[in-house]
Amino acid sequence: MTFGVVMLVHTAFDRAEQAARHWSAFGCPIVVHVDRCVDRKTRDAFARAVSDLPNLSFSRRYRSEWGTWGIVAATQYAAEQMLARHPEVNHVFLASGACLPLRPVSELAAYLAARPETDFIESVTTADVPWTVGGLQEERFTLRFPFPWKRRRALFDRYVALQRRLGVKRKIPNGIVPHMGSQWWCLTRRTLSAILRDPSRARYDRYFRRVWVPDESYFQTLVRRHAIQLESRSLTLSKFDRRGRPHVFYDDHLPLLRRSECFVARKIWRHSDQLYAAFPIHRPTGQVAREPNPGQIDRALAKAVETQAPINPALHMRSRYLWHSDDTQMTAAPYSVFQGFSDLFENFEAWLTRATEARVHGHLFAPDRAHFTSGQTSSDGALSDSATLRDYNPHAFLQNLIWNTRGQHQCFQFGPADNQSINWQVAKDPNARISVITGAWAIPLFQSADDFGTLRKRAARFQKIESEHLKVLGSSWTKARIRIWTLADFVATPMEPLLTILNDIGSTSPRGLSEVPRMADLDGFGAFLQKLKNEGMHPYLVGDFPVEPMPLEEDDARRERPYLVG
Amino acid sequence: MGILGSYRMRLIRKRLRIRAYGKGFQLRPAVDRTAQLQAQDILLFAVLRNDNLRLPHFLQYYRDLGVSHFLLVDNGSTDGSAEYLATQPDVSLWRTMGSYRKARCGVDWLNYIKGRYGHGHWCVTVDADELLVYPFCDTRPLRALTDWLESCSVRAFSAMLLDMYAKAPRDDASYVRGQNPIDTACWFDSGNYTVSHNPLYNNLWIQGGPRARTQFADKPEQAPALNKIPLVKWHRKYAYVSSTHMLLPRGLNLAYGAWDGDKASGVLLHAGLPGATTLADGADQSTAITDGSAGEAQPWCRWSEKYVNWRQLELLGLMSKGNWA
Repeated sequence: MTFGVVMLVHTAFDRAEQAARHWSAFGCPIVVHVDRCVDRKTRDAFARAVSDLPNLSFSRRYRSEWGTWGIVAATQYAAEQMLARHPEVNHVFLASGACLPLRPVSELAAYLAARPETDFIESVTTADVPWTVGGLQEERFTLRFPFPWKRRRALFDRYVALQRRLGVKRKIPNGIVPHMGSQWWCLTRRTLSAILRDPSRARYDRYFRRVWVPDESYFQTLVRRHAIQLESRSLTLSKFDRRGRPHVFYDDHLPLLRRSECFVARKIWRHSDQLYAAFPIHRPTGQVAREPNPGQIDRALAKAVETQAPINPALHMRSRYLWHSDDTQMTAAPYSVFQGFSDLFENFEAWLTRATEARVHGHLFAPDRAHFTSGQTSSDGALSDSATLRDYNPHAFLQNLIWNTRGQHQCFQFGPADNQSINWQVAKDPNARISVITGAWAIPLFQSADDFGTLRKRAARFQKIESEHLKVLGSSWTKARIRIWTLADFVATPMEPLLTILNDIGSTSPRGLSEVPRMADLDGFGAFLQKLKNEGMHPYLVGDFPVEPMPLEEDDARRERPYLVG
Repeated sequence: MGILGSYRMRLIRKRLRIRAYGKGFQLRPAVDRTAQLQAQDILLFAVLRNDNLRLPHFLQYYRDLGVSHFLLVDNGSTDGSAEYLATQPDVSLWRTMGSYRKARCGVDWLNYIKGRYGHGHWCVTVDADELLVYPFCDTRPLRALTDWLESCSVRAFSAMLLDMYAKAPRDDASYVRGQNPIDTACWFDSGNYTVSHNPLYNNLWIQGGPRARTQFADKPEQAPALNKIPLVKWHRKYAYVSSTHMLLPRGLNLAYGAWDGDKASGVLLHAGLPGATTLADGADQSTAITDGSAGEAQPWCRWSEKYVNWRQLELLGLMSKGNWA
């Protein structure tokens, strides 16, 4: 008792010959199907090359285009030929020319001999598989697919759309429940002949002729009618990427394949000389062979696919640009924007650096240059502080900064004097945490020694810019986490907002909060605001700031500035 | 873009083809080994001028990747390049004294040669100072990539131009013929690139890097474009529009993920050597880095990244292996 191999070949005949020799060396009978599209010369050369193999025969040739019935017809015919000509065969193994046995063929033979009643075929219902080529799942079985997907894509798509619109639904023949699975199976003689001699076969064939990709569903469905003992897995290691294309194995997969302990793998790239030299492995007799363990390969390949699927906005790739979508404007990690804080507090940046593990920049979008942390003239990724370079594409500047420093929370100061062109993108960015003290721009004006007329004009301009910005932050497209206080409210109770922004950053310094920042001296600020009002400029963004210093509570009277003990 | 717009693109492409045909008359075959070309060959196309110093490494690098034949245009070299190339068994050489600038930086010449010999081949189009790095290039030959691209029905493969520089200018001067230029010019900028989309040709427009930082800080819009599409399964109807930045028909420019995920992409390591790029035609090879020349700011800074391998570039987001695993 042995097993026979049905080989479907359409390209890479040198490698197909190599695979055939592996099978033949162990004495497996082989039936080869050569695609009808292969020209005569190539086919004859192949036939000559394998003419010395005793148990090899060729089957009738069909045109087997991907996704069409031809492959199933070819398989049926070749399987019939195998069963008729080789009565000693108990299992039939379906392989392709790009299949390579990883383990000695004798181990596969022993494995099958120990399980004479078992069919190895992946067979699952449509609801359970994530294959998505063309986005068709159930519809594979309920629509008609007379056009090949690869050659006649437009016709294929239009015909599908037309059927959907007309609401056409094919009736699935009685007695079968559609199942799908890997094309590569290994069935027992009993099951295979039961499928091929099924009294209703003509009816099923007629149905599957118009099903899409019948090679992944014909045997997978019918086996459910006849199998006694079915293992729903393929003995052939064959992986698909998320677009449904088979993964190809290259020389660098060698260690992975070796550890997988799978019997057969596909597809092997035809020029992978190392793989073809290394497999099938020679196992010294006496060494215990293990069960196939494709899990490791699954994990390795899944990892490769995961990072791409569907879109990982945290990854920046130069080969991706979703120009039709807003989502391309995403940054890689959370970051904080502080507006007004450095005006209200002296050395706010230094304090925030001490209080958190974040990197705190100054006004990155200042008109003169990008004020990176601690006065650097450039930052990670060789990002320049030049205002011209930055303003050429301010949002790319921000994206680059966040991407280059991923792993560390970034904070920067912002204000109405800065480049405002990023406001929309930052507001729409879910990674942004924006904290604003409205009207804080009045404090540097108050401290300034400039002529009051100039200050008044500047105040009016800043107020206009800031209120535009606040409109953006309040819009319904905003996705950033936003906190807004008026200057008056903030000054009245500074501790709570400060703790809130520290929580937003998340990574507070291990030393804990040991100090609060020093607030600017606001004696006379109320009077300054009143003077602005008297000049006809109403600084409403500051909030309701008292003209006289606030009446402090008795025990706080001696402390002019908030202070935290401990 | 409506029917009219598409038709306009078609006319532009036709004009480029005709222009290439016209400029083809400037080319004189010096060494013609095109009879060796096999149907499956990967071909490399380049315009050279006084690149003799870097040619040995350049040829060897691409031979190792699996390029079968080099189809080169020598634009009036005086340093023995032509004599050296004539001795190479896998090189076909054309010579021309025509103006590099008027041939639109050689694009017309190469469009002509590609139309004639590149049809149906995977074609690499690079400069002599550009080394192509693609995913798994340390373990898989170029043919593995093109086979895979073909199985995905992808016709073009993009690669960002990455300017490489040495830490100190004198490192450059010590370049020995045949040496890998990346040995000394092994530094690059990892994260100061800007990307925008050109709606007319549907290509990406990448700018930035050390040249933008040191030479174009006051006029960033003029900084050189770094987006390139150096690997294309050529059809005689195709045409490069400007350098290898963009192609017609426009569908070829969609070598990046525009709808979901990334497409696989590579990087062109661009090592400009000041000693080897003395050009008669003035500003022709605007792509050569001129660090080391008097008055230029040094590109190296403390944030410069040292080149290790393609995986490093992938982690930095400069290239991607897309769906290829």
